[in-house]
Amino acid sequence: MNIGLTHYLILGAVLFVTGLVCMASKRNAIGVLMGVELVLNAANINFLAFARYNQTFAIEGMVFTLFVIVMAAAEAAIALAIVLNFYNNHVSVDVDAAEELRG
Amino acid sequence: MDLAEFLFWTVGALTCLSAVMVAAAQSIVRAAVWLLFTLAGVSGLYFLLGADFLGAVQLIVYVGGILILVIFGVMLTAQGPLTSIKTPAGEWAISLVVGFLMLGLLVACILATSFDTFKPTTIIDDPARARTATDLGLVLVGVKDSQVQGPADLNQVPGRQREGITYVFPFEILSVHLVVVLIGAAYLARAKRRRKEQA
Repeated sequence: MNIGLTHYLILGAVLFVTGLVCMASKRNAIGVLMGVELVLNAANINFLAFARYNQTFAIEGMVFTLFVIVMAAAEAAIALAIVLNFYNNHVSVDVDAAEELRG
Repeated sequence: MDLAEFLFWTVGALTCLSAVMVAAAQSIVRAAVWLLFTLAGVSGLYFLLGADFLGAVQLIVYVGGILILVIFGVMLTAQGPLTSIKTPAGEWAISLVVGFLMLGLLVACILATSFDTFKPTTIIDDPARARTATDLGLVLVGVKDSQVQGPADLNQVPGRQREGITYVFPFEILSVHLVVVLIGAAYLARAKRRRKEQA
């Protein structure tokens, strides 16, 4: 059986779901960030799979993947800055400790 | 089974396994190491998909940049009990149930969709003509249409009807966005001690 678009999409779905579970179950804020990275990588695999298997997206898939990678770098930098700030204020990285805004 | 198929199954299985281990690892340091393998595996998949430039970018930016950032975050905040905060079993169960439902939904949708009308990109199969980095760069600076296959026509007649689109403007916005975000991150993460002394 030849490797086709479906294989890569299912692989992307698996990565997406692991990222989702990671985001939902980790209590360490950096662990949540790792889940976000997994989800973004799953999206990138989908973009590049469509770039490979659909002629009209040959360049677009790569352009969007590049954009997502840059966005992910920016997002990681901001998120870690926030986590460090939170750690300075609470001496904890447990997301359950962030409850100032709880109603 | 040819080489491409073999590589897809091996790299794909390793990537999925390490991704699952990222979610399952109790210690945050171990999760970071598993994330390293996942990101490297994803870059291998990019190479398999014919995006050689993006595979290199993935290795440099993700494995070399973001992961180092994450590991620094772990090191700066790893205080004894914080490295392995236990998640209650009930929350694990809920997230696993939601995860499997989502996976089932996605896989069902993918399998139910027919992609037969798509024509694969053939230019990647020919190593002599595949220059993904060149094409990508020309589209990003607006020299080449995204829909033109093959080498760029640099002597384009001005005023000729263009069919595809270029990505100059998003590229510029992205650059400015990255600068703003990095300055903001440096501002947020800086040490605040000096200000207290002044006040």
